Amino acid sequence: MNAQSPLLSVRDLKVWFDIKPKGAMPWTAPEKLKAVDGVDFDLMPGETLGIVGESGCGKSTLARAIMRMVPSEAGTVLWLGDDLLSLNKQGMREHRKEMQMIFQDPLASLNPRMTIGQIVAEPLKTHYPDVSKSEVKTRVREVLDRVGILPNMINRYPHEFSGGQCQRIGIARALILKPQLIICDEPVSALDVSIQAQVINLLMDIQEEMGLSLIFIAHDLSVVKHISTRVMVLYLGNVVEISEAEQLYRAPGHPYTQALISAVPIPDPKAHAENEVMLLDADLPSPLNPPSGCVFRTRCPLARSVCAETKPPLTDRGNAQQVACHVI
Amino acid sequence: MAHVTNVETAEVIKGRSLWQDARARFFRNKAAVVSLVILILVSLFALFGGMLTPWSNEEIDWNLMGDVRTLGGPSFETKHYFGLDPLGRDLFARVVQGTQISLMIGIVGALISVVVGTLYGATAGFIGGRLDNIMMRIVDILMAIPYMFVLILLLVVFGRSIFMLFVGIGLISWLDMARIARGQTLSIKNKEFVEAAIATGVSTPKIIIRHIVPNLLGVVIVYATLLVPSMIMFESFISFLGLGVQEPLTSWGALINEGAGQMRYGTLWMLGFPLFFFLISLFAFFFFGDGLRDALDPKDR
Repeated sequence: MNAQSPLLSVRDLKVWFDIKPKGAMPWTAPEKLKAVDGVDFDLMPGETLGIVGESGCGKSTLARAIMRMVPSEAGTVLWLGDDLLSLNKQGMREHRKEMQMIFQDPLASLNPRMTIGQIVAEPLKTHYPDVSKSEVKTRVREVLDRVGILPNMINRYPHEFSGGQCQRIGIARALILKPQLIICDEPVSALDVSIQAQVINLLMDIQEEMGLSLIFIAHDLSVVKHISTRVMVLYLGNVVEISEAEQLYRAPGHPYTQALISAVPIPDPKAHAENEVMLLDADLPSPLNPPSGCVFRTRCPLARSVCAETKPPLTDRGNAQQVACHVI
Repeated sequence: MAHVTNVETAEVIKGRSLWQDARARFFRNKAAVVSLVILILVSLFALFGGMLTPWSNEEIDWNLMGDVRTLGGPSFETKHYFGLDPLGRDLFARVVQGTQISLMIGIVGALISVVVGTLYGATAGFIGGRLDNIMMRIVDILMAIPYMFVLILLLVVFGRSIFMLFVGIGLISWLDMARIARGQTLSIKNKEFVEAAIATGVSTPKIIIRHIVPNLLGVVIVYATLLVPSMIMFESFISFLGLGVQEPLTSWGALINEGAGQMRYGTLWMLGFPLFFFLISLFAFFFFGDGLRDALDPKDR
């Protein structure tokens, strides 16, 4: 890592949802569901940060909190020095054109009543209402061409395209404003494997070409390894480990990461049979009532008494690896 | 890159929108198409029927007035195609006039409900939270008031006029629509394309107009076509009670009322002709609505 200043710098971000207990009266205090509970990370320009974790660990909520699509309880999100969480609506609008999002379900993320030309043009028309019609049209054609959709398809509707094509259209919509950051919320989980590779390679090409930063959320570890420079592992709304992608897969620090990595299938039956999968006991605890101290201690093979008392901070372990664990 | 340059100059391919798909499905449904034809014919009758008869709806035919029962029946000789009404006026012209007013009431009622109900429901559903609660409780309260009673009071207090009738219908017709639109909005607002619009920074009114309402329209249109006949029926009921449309204006309900009053004198045509138009139009509206629902229902695809 060089001494560049980060593009995005998230500090102690907390997103808590109010959950009404069953049979609650209107005046009973709601329970707090801690979806994201104190996340810190930096994102450098041109970098890809992979976010992994099992379902329900707060990956998507984290992304939506950065985009201010869900309200945050506490913390700061510094975008080039401005705190996004304290901006007013107008100020936030100005920044929205610098960051875009790609969604999981390609077809559901496109309005079925609009042509793809209208869909891709929408961000441009929203932020630059004065741009002339012909200019909008050329920009839309350019960006569609870039993602590999024939530009003469602009008058077609989303249901006339395949899943992979729809995801490309989603990418085109994200690219038209030439943003600096694209948050990809499981962009390939709904696609089949050969299309996944195409979409990921497209994203990587575009990133290189435009110098974009990506936040890439996924639960497929091999996909994340392929695309990411650094990987952040979330567990129950907490960061348990951030490290360089290579380092994470070679020498995972946190016991949870070790378990995750050991469960990645190896595309060789012999090696796969020899590979020992580290199985975790018990289920994911409820985020309504997370364990005290280290959130992972209830399932950790190395847990000690200190783990129940204090929450382990993220500490530097060399090789650009940060791990939150008392024991390791 | 060679293909790209070709494509740049190639003609832009027309897409098939969901509306076009729905239209194709609609025209495959025979009952619905027949209903559409009937509705068009009834509308043409309402618009241009007056030109087919030399009699106006106000003139009293004094020659036949003395013996309506025997002389006033439907006949081509006297050019009273539908006969005379109890006051000796040409029933054909009266039915034309009644058709105009009944259709107008049905369409205005449905329009009010579509515009007000859809926007109200979409706003409540999309913004949600406390505003949603307040807006929907208002609807609940208005629904809890017995509307027939309110309408009768309105007509008695402010005088019986067609304007008051519109006000009364306008007050009640949008309530159901608001609920339906809200329910649909709740399911649409969590779709990712709405999230994408929020993430892009599209303003809330624009999201409602551009993303929510077009996706509501399928359901709303179907409900509106079924609402037209119920509005007509509603007006007929009010007119049948003698509170609705007043002379010299008339409507299907008022004509049926008049005709029914003369039944025992054997002048059945006075009941039959308005009733015939009333029935075929209502049937046509119902089948048309059914056809639209089948055409717009995504599950059928």
